[in-house]
Amino acid sequence: MTDPVIRISNMNKWFGTFHVLRDINLQVAAGEKIVICGPSGSGKSTLIRCLNRLEHHQEGHIEVEGVSLDGSMKNLESIRSNVGMVFQQFNLFPHMSVLENCTLAPIWVKQKTKQEAEALARQFLERVRIPDQADKYPGQLSGGQQQRVAIARALCMNPDIMLFDEPTSALDPEMIKEVLDVMVELAEDGMTMLCVTHEMGFARQVADRVIFMDEGEIVEENEPEAFFSNPQNERTKMFLSQVLSH
Amino acid sequence: MRSWLNRDALLQAIVLLAVVAGMVWLVGNVQSNLERQNINSGFGFLSERAGFGINQTLIDYTEDDSFGRVVVVGLLNTLLVSVLGIFFATLLGFSLGVARLSRNWLISKIAMVYIEIFRNVPLLLQIMFWYFGVLRNLPSPRQALSIGEAMFVSNRGVVVPWLEAGAGAVWYGVAFAGVLAGGFWLRRRALKMKLNTGQASRVWRPLALLTLALFAVAALLAGVPFTLDVPYLKGFNFRGGLTVIPEFVALLLALSLYTAAFIAEIVRAGINAVDKGQREASAALGLPESLALRLVVIPQALRVIIPPLTSQYLNLTKNSSLAVAIAYPDIVSVLAGTTLSQVGQAVEIIFVTMMIYLSLSLLTSWAMNRYNQRMALVGNAS
Repeated sequence: MTDPVIRISNMNKWFGTFHVLRDINLQVAAGEKIVICGPSGSGKSTLIRCLNRLEHHQEGHIEVEGVSLDGSMKNLESIRSNVGMVFQQFNLFPHMSVLENCTLAPIWVKQKTKQEAEALARQFLERVRIPDQADKYPGQLSGGQQQRVAIARALCMNPDIMLFDEPTSALDPEMIKEVLDVMVELAEDGMTMLCVTHEMGFARQVADRVIFMDEGEIVEENEPEAFFSNPQNERTKMFLSQVLSH
Repeated sequence: MRSWLNRDALLQAIVLLAVVAGMVWLVGNVQSNLERQNINSGFGFLSERAGFGINQTLIDYTEDDSFGRVVVVGLLNTLLVSVLGIFFATLLGFSLGVARLSRNWLISKIAMVYIEIFRNVPLLLQIMFWYFGVLRNLPSPRQALSIGEAMFVSNRGVVVPWLEAGAGAVWYGVAFAGVLAGGFWLRRRALKMKLNTGQASRVWRPLALLTLALFAVAALLAGVPFTLDVPYLKGFNFRGGLTVIPEFVALLLALSLYTAAFIAEIVRAGINAVDKGQREASAALGLPESLALRLVVIPQALRVIIPPLTSQYLNLTKNSSLAVAIAYPDIVSVLAGTTLSQVGQAVEIIFVTMMIYLSLSLLTSWAMNRYNQRMALVGNAS
């Protein structure tokens, strides 16, 4: 195994007195795809939001690409421009066109020219299969198209790692596939991915490891084949029986 | 259907007729009453000699000028206090609104206490507090508080040194306009360069050079056509300098501080109305917080802020008529007050005063609506 790009050791987090993440230890290698699942409230979203410090952890150590997440702004900005994130609610900027959404950060953070940024944006919009929507506004697009724009927007920063926080949970069923297809392609290109999702088909297809969380703990982690066919823990078994039964 | 339409038209015609008849009766009634009491009607009085003094005039005015000129003097005084009030209230209101949302407990609580106090005490009382409670209680001119023997604060107001402009001062005005235009141009050029080359161009240094150069040219053309007029005490009052009367200071303070509290709440609500996810998405892309505010949060918040902000501007302008309580010579005080008591033509005078406020308000709304449309057109998201 190559040197891990993400190292989490003995990490703890509280919301007030509520202990959301308990003693998390996790290492992710470059190019590895990890799917995190678990019942709602188990802390899985909070975990990946700690990786670009949208949430602050209180104890333990997080290191991304050798840079420690310790609250220093300099470290944080360097990590954030190398770690892309896709949200459940898309969070596109409604007052900007699709193209402007994609060029904003490259222009203002990476100091690219407008021309370079737009060329890059069109390239990624092509890749997520909506090149003809570049001049529309988010409100004019369907949910699936919006989420693909959000993926393109993150990719425009040329991240080494992509975080997905339930990217298909807010979508109508017929739009889930178009987003998952883009994510599968991204995985095949070798992107390091951490994905919180309940799409077990996606997990089977692309994950190198599946992690099951409950009550703020990593309860079980395994390769997808073993994880689905032979879960060890009682809680995992119960969760899988509920998720896979329909 | 057809008969319904006819019935509708008939009803409307009856209502219209009733309204017209009512107005004819009212006008006739007023006219006959005025005639019986020997009161003139019409606007002839506007060209008559006013015969009273006004203690703050932005244009030349003496007792021998006409009532028409009184209207202009009063209107300018109303405009002065309203425009400056809107400026300070906006500045203070936006700062307080942002402070209210600060993560710093003390700053946020100070802003909250300010807002609750100034929003919940009647404006008239606040005007009276600043005027009778504070400014009129300052020492007399002979015991005035002096700042470097050049600026004096007393119960007659604030007296400051003033530049007396002579011939050629207009060149300095031109130079100043040039600096403003240059500033705008440099800013636009900087943004263009940022987008075209990725590099930000300098703004401040060239602007400083431009300022120096333009004023040097003005000095070469016109010399120094200014004389400094420093106030001094003579007898019981000050001579020279520029006097800012206490009525103006009290009214401006009260209007700005009161309206700022409302604007602060509007700004807070506007910023809160922007979804939390917008900040998170900006942060996740690596945008520093200041850029996220400027490029993502504020443009969206402004859409929520502008309509209620417009009504605060209208309120401030209309509330400036409370000037009458402390005899600041605004349009209500000089026209609907002094002029009315001398001329006695209540109908015309009140009508003119109302028309002036109506025009000011419509003008403000129109300007703000244009601005709002420009902001709203940037996107058409649902």
